[in-house]
Amino acid sequence: MINIIVVGNGMVGFKFCEKFISKPGQEKYQITVFGEEPRRAYDRVHLSEYFAGKTADDLSMSTLDWYAENNITLNTSELITDINREQKTVHTHQEKTYSYDYIVLATGSSAFVPPIQGVEKEGVFVYRTIEDLDAIMAYAKKIKQNGATDAAVLGGGLLGLEAAKAVRDLGLNPHVVEFAPRLMPRQLDKGASDMLQSKIEELNIGIHLNKATQYIAGDDCITGMMFAEEKLLKVDMLVISAGIKPRDELGRISGLEVGVRGGIEVNNKMQTSDPCIYAIGEVALYNQMIYGLVAPGYEMADVAAEQIMQGEKTMRETIDMSTQLKLIGVEVASFGDPFIENENVTAIVYENKFSGIYKRINVTKDGKTLLGGILVGDSSDYNCLFQIYSNAMALPQNPEDLILGSRGGESSTMGSVMDLPDTAVICSCENVTKGSICCSITDGTCETLTDVVKLTKATSGCGGCKPMVVDLVKEAQKSIGKEVKESLCEHFQYTRQELFDIVKINKYTNFYEVVDHHGKGDGCEVCKPVVASIFSSIYNDTANKHVTTQDTNDRFLANIQRNGTYSVVPRVAGGEITAEKLIVIGQVAKQFDLYTKITGAQRVDLFGAHLNDLPKIWKILIDNGFESGHAYGKSLRAVKSCVGNAWCRYGMDDSAGFAIELENRYKGIRSPHKIKGGVSACIRECAEARGKDFGLIAVEGGWNLYICGNGGATPKHAVLLAEQIDKATVLKYLDRFLMYYIRTAGPLVRTATWLDKLEGGMDYLKEVIIHDRIGICEALEAEMETLVGTFECEWKQVIEKPRLLKRFSHFVNSDETDDNIEYVPLRDQKMPKPW
Amino acid sequence: MENILSKYKTVLATEATTWFKAGNIKDFPSNRGGCIKYKDKQIAIFNFERRNEWYACQNACPHKLEMVLSRGMTGSADDVPKIACPMHKKTFSLIDGSNLNGEEYAIATYPVKIINDEVLVGFID
Repeated sequence: MINIIVVGNGMVGFKFCEKFISKPGQEKYQITVFGEEPRRAYDRVHLSEYFAGKTADDLSMSTLDWYAENNITLNTSELITDINREQKTVHTHQEKTYSYDYIVLATGSSAFVPPIQGVEKEGVFVYRTIEDLDAIMAYAKKIKQNGATDAAVLGGGLLGLEAAKAVRDLGLNPHVVEFAPRLMPRQLDKGASDMLQSKIEELNIGIHLNKATQYIAGDDCITGMMFAEEKLLKVDMLVISAGIKPRDELGRISGLEVGVRGGIEVNNKMQTSDPCIYAIGEVALYNQMIYGLVAPGYEMADVAAEQIMQGEKTMRETIDMSTQLKLIGVEVASFGDPFIENENVTAIVYENKFSGIYKRINVTKDGKTLLGGILVGDSSDYNCLFQIYSNAMALPQNPEDLILGSRGGESSTMGSVMDLPDTAVICSCENVTKGSICCSITDGTCETLTDVVKLTKATSGCGGCKPMVVDLVKEAQKSIGKEVKESLCEHFQYTRQELFDIVKINKYTNFYEVVDHHGKGDGCEVCKPVVASIFSSIYNDTANKHVTTQDTNDRFLANIQRNGTYSVVPRVAGGEITAEKLIVIGQVAKQFDLYTKITGAQRVDLFGAHLNDLPKIWKILIDNGFESGHAYGKSLRAVKSCVGNAWCRYGMDDSAGFAIELENRYKGIRSPHKIKGGVSACIRECAEARGKDFGLIAVEGGWNLYICGNGGATPKHAVLLAEQIDKATVLKYLDRFLMYYIRTAGPLVRTATWLDKLEGGMDYLKEVIIHDRIGICEALEAEMETLVGTFECEWKQVIEKPRLLKRFSHFVNSDETDDNIEYVPLRDQKMPKPW
Repeated sequence: MENILSKYKTVLATEATTWFKAGNIKDFPSNRGGCIKYKDKQIAIFNFERRNEWYACQNACPHKLEMVLSRGMTGSADDVPKIACPMHKKTFSLIDGSNLNGEEYAIATYPVKIINDEVLVGFID
């Protein structure tokens, strides 16, 4: 057995293991991994998502069993302190000794902390590990309770801006402090940096360029940063993200050659000055450079794995540092040589301050070769530009078409993804070519996108190549004659949107008409509720009209619960309720022996109602001025609100009043999935409006309208659609947005997922519902107006029409209720008996 | 728990010894289910009007043992008539009670015949 010791369990160390065990002949080797952190390798690229709610497990690169399954020994929380190169052994801080044949150093880097006086003060952090993040979160929480509002991030590079977003997510106002005269100095030129700066400043993030910090002010805890010109920036927390420092201590101790400014020197085989010791990732100094990106690190891992197994592969001479990412919501990309401009190279620059877009491409004077470029504000051209650059593909006659689009013609300047050569690298993190993606489909190894991702690992790194991979898979499927379609179920070869149009155009009003003319079979639990919901969305039919095709909850106008009984939720618009009405709810609960609980939507849920009792309960509620709360429907649930300026001393507007108005406007309208709303009267956001499908926050001069958020399994913050608009404009945009969603979303797709899948995303949606780009706004508003004007309470319909009452009895041949239901006590109430 | 399920055993039309009069066809909704009480059993009956067929099965969902199958949605899978449980959308064949989601639990089915507009369900007892 040949022993390999991997020192460091970060992304690159993990990738080395993954690459190694996938190679033939790996059985002869035993890999032992040492990591000083207590956890398995995790995805540091997406670290800031930890603030947005991802857990350490979500970020983990492997499952718990992965190492054991692949016969790799993982020692976490164990630090290698020394290498004895003569005896070929390593020693750990626990005084243990292990012998090796090869060592792979993947110790990575630590955060570079500039030697500023006072960096040791409390409240100064680095941004590197999950533990750092935990400490930052805990500290932010503490100082916020003491009234702190501002925090600084030292470093205006890529990671610094990520950290600024994280600080913002923690509820503090971030200030980015950068020594250089521009943001992301390694990737952006002045023009691009200016554009990025103005976009970021719009989000109330302070940018301080050209600032040399003299010292950190404060006694024990940081209270500010003093700059060279005697200017003090008051902050209560500082996150340092000013670059990286290779963790080369082991190399130094064991006498390996290291660079002047750190990093263990390696050749193109990733060998250090000791041929049995390899170094990869951010600790490796290759061509006198440290590469702080994941793609070169992964390539180094592959080269080292090949070399240890006596393979031929070596590292490329020049390493591509192209990046594409979204920083605080702003798209930024940089590729090739972003700055080059000389007697042979011309830069073509497009700058649009109105829409916040900056694009630059560097083209040889003969107009034949693309050497690099920068994109800010809109990086949708990145994938194509990068492919043209890296494959040295021919440029269009007017190279500016690459960033301006071909004006006046229909055809795209880029052509299709299929025009790329097979050797084009699509996923640079995992080094997957177009050829390997397409072949996996055409040779039958893979059938779906999921299969391709599993086989090739494409998209599993930074994920930036996903749109191209999706397109390639689709095109490859088409090329072998495979129909690519998201049909509803076995009964309909249509999407929900297509069915919506079919029903509308043909004016169908009955499920069986639709399935007989456009589907097959008898329908099922998937397509029936979809078609019923479409009928409701078009004709505003209540759920009473399509009883046979409604889902259980819609069929009985209540929510089925664990023991087959139902829960009843009357509407309490905006959560505002009188004492009289509260008493009625209490009396109903008492009379029918119901368990009561306040819901998250600011209303009362009454549990444990027998099917037979539902109409009786509704009767009492309706007689006292209540109506259905549609808690069972794929429709508007509730619009949550804070109390607003009527009572609250901070309130800027009447949030409760507006919430009631909105809830009454959209109540009862059937949609692809449930819809929730929220209205807050100030930015303290007590109504959690940004966690809803639509949310409003009162600001100086009007309302900010946010859309497409949700809580639930994958929480999403709603995105800003329009700022400082008046009530009438809110209604107009909301009508259009909701109707567009109702028309086009797939079944059971909430607005957040719908927006994710919408081609062109939020920018496109704004074009459609604000600027009326596809000319449908008038129709959307008219459709919504019909729905709003024809609301009927479906509970009331039932109690008023005896023929509808029939379905609310448990037995056809007896008036008895279900005798199978038993309860046990729960605190002061009751619950169904567990089996 | 077991004794609920042990009450329900599939009966074939040829084995039935008792034909219980469950009601008139008008008592049952079309293209969906209704529940009847027979001794200590709850039986779900489905009038598949569209196919001109009637089916019956236990009302208890075999997964959580709630008396709810009659409130489920009818449909077909590859032309086999099926019922989807309203609790967790598990689907069962109304022909033989088998689970159509590839899981273990299945349901008991009972024969139905219509004589002079009366719905009769077959039992052995």
